Amino acid sequence: MSKTLMKGNEALALAAIKGGCTHFFGYPITPQNEIPEFLAREFPKAGGVFLQAESELAAINMVYGAAAAGGRAMTSSSSPGIALMQEGMSSLAAAELPCVIVNAQRGGPGLGSIQPSQADYYQMTRGGGNGDYRILSLAPATVQEGAEMMMMAFDLAEIYRTPVFIVSDGMLGQMMEPVEFHDRPLRELPEKDWTVVGHGGVRPPNTVKTLALDPTVLEQRNLTLQAKYARIATLEARHESYRTEGAEIILSAYGSTARIVKNAIDLLAEEGIAVGLIRPQTLWPFPVAAFAELPDSCRMILTVEMSCGQMVDDVRLAVNGRLPVAFYGRSGGIIPVPEEIAMKVKTLLGRA
Amino acid sequence: MCNERILCAGFGGQGVMSLGQLLAYAGMIENKHVTWLPSYGPEMRGGTAYCNIVVSDSPVGSPIVTHNATCVIVMNLPSLLKFEQSVAPGGLLLLNSSLIDKAPDRQDIHSHAIPANDLATECGNGRAANMVMLGAYLAISKVVSPGSIALAFAKVFGSKAERLLDLNMAALHRGAEAVLQAEQAMAA
Repeated sequence: MSKTLMKGNEALALAAIKGGCTHFFGYPITPQNEIPEFLAREFPKAGGVFLQAESELAAINMVYGAAAAGGRAMTSSSSPGIALMQEGMSSLAAAELPCVIVNAQRGGPGLGSIQPSQADYYQMTRGGGNGDYRILSLAPATVQEGAEMMMMAFDLAEIYRTPVFIVSDGMLGQMMEPVEFHDRPLRELPEKDWTVVGHGGVRPPNTVKTLALDPTVLEQRNLTLQAKYARIATLEARHESYRTEGAEIILSAYGSTARIVKNAIDLLAEEGIAVGLIRPQTLWPFPVAAFAELPDSCRMILTVEMSCGQMVDDVRLAVNGRLPVAFYGRSGGIIPVPEEIAMKVKTLLGRA
Repeated sequence: MCNERILCAGFGGQGVMSLGQLLAYAGMIENKHVTWLPSYGPEMRGGTAYCNIVVSDSPVGSPIVTHNATCVIVMNLPSLLKFEQSVAPGGLLLLNSSLIDKAPDRQDIHSHAIPANDLATECGNGRAANMVMLGAYLAISKVVSPGSIALAFAKVFGSKAERLLDLNMAALHRGAEAVLQAEQAMAA
């Protein structure tokens, strides 16, 4: 298939269909509305179920139900809507139900704005739901990468029996870029012998539940979950390195901000200042290993986010005190420009 | 090396979004790296709408055009007031003089006044004013060929494309003519 120009949101929606999604449940919110709009139109033609729920709470619990019955279910929302879904996400993680959740982040806290933001990093990697759980979080920086990650997301969710986040934002969702769809790589998927679809009297019934009143049972369930999270952390952490060789400062940014940081890096290179980028493509698991292999030239890390400083915590943990870690961020829906990031770098280097 | 950063602004209904999409689509057809980013928000009917387009030989980082626009296309007065400062020094400002009776303040940029609605009306429909402006821009920048715009037209306008193509291509050529004539007059 040749290239086509698509909005990030539309590309995610089409990629969901191509990724084998069977059920979509959602409730409208800007700036992700092109996803349900596209799926409402196209999904039934492809044999999928599109349902606009009465609220975000209903949507995430419909995802729970569809996933428990063996569907490849998804929802999409934006920051305050994702906040409403947190209880359901804790339950999905606890019940080990595969599903995909898109978060097109917008400015917060509260209802905030509808402009792009990255202030939900904690919400997605730490979770607003209760209990010890983690959600695999994929963070694309282009429309193409978003489509590829979305196509993989349902398989990852089934392999690990976990919810998977697609971490987008208003900018990535609204912008159009060329995108090309290829068949997704076939992965061996585990048999779904745990779904609740009726036992027909020929096998013991399956149960999907999260209540476990016996502490020893619940502790064992937690240990099982933690072992799975350790496996995901070992196998699924991803990052991209850009011009890190010989860099004096290495910047770290994800998603939309990483694009802008690349412009800043190129601007600085024109002035003879060598700066690189480590771009996490998974936020959880965080690509810790990338920060263990820093070049000797690197004197400092600068984390850049559209937030007041959230991912910087994980960068500090990964760097573990070996180098200073600085932060630069804009919030409230303001997108930084390359020049201000370049200026921050020069200030840190004492060359402003 | 092509690295065009274009801001295109007007009121809702003037076709600024589709102008930008045509440009981005045509760039993609010519194997360039492109992005198109709209303004979005709780907009008023008839309020200012704008989009950012980048057409480049290398991968596009930020899709946002700030004060570094190589070209700003303004279709109405509020857009001129809002975006005149976005043109990079030496950059291009194309203004729709059918609806804007104010001259730009900047002296460090190349400005062209194009009576886009009037020229589009001459071509058969005033609503093709956006294509007149696009034609003018392409005549100066040559960033993509009119042939690629014609190919992009079917992608952007879908089933309406065929019946609108002749009018729109005529408007595109009319815009190019207008700006080239103006340049010749200035040179003479």
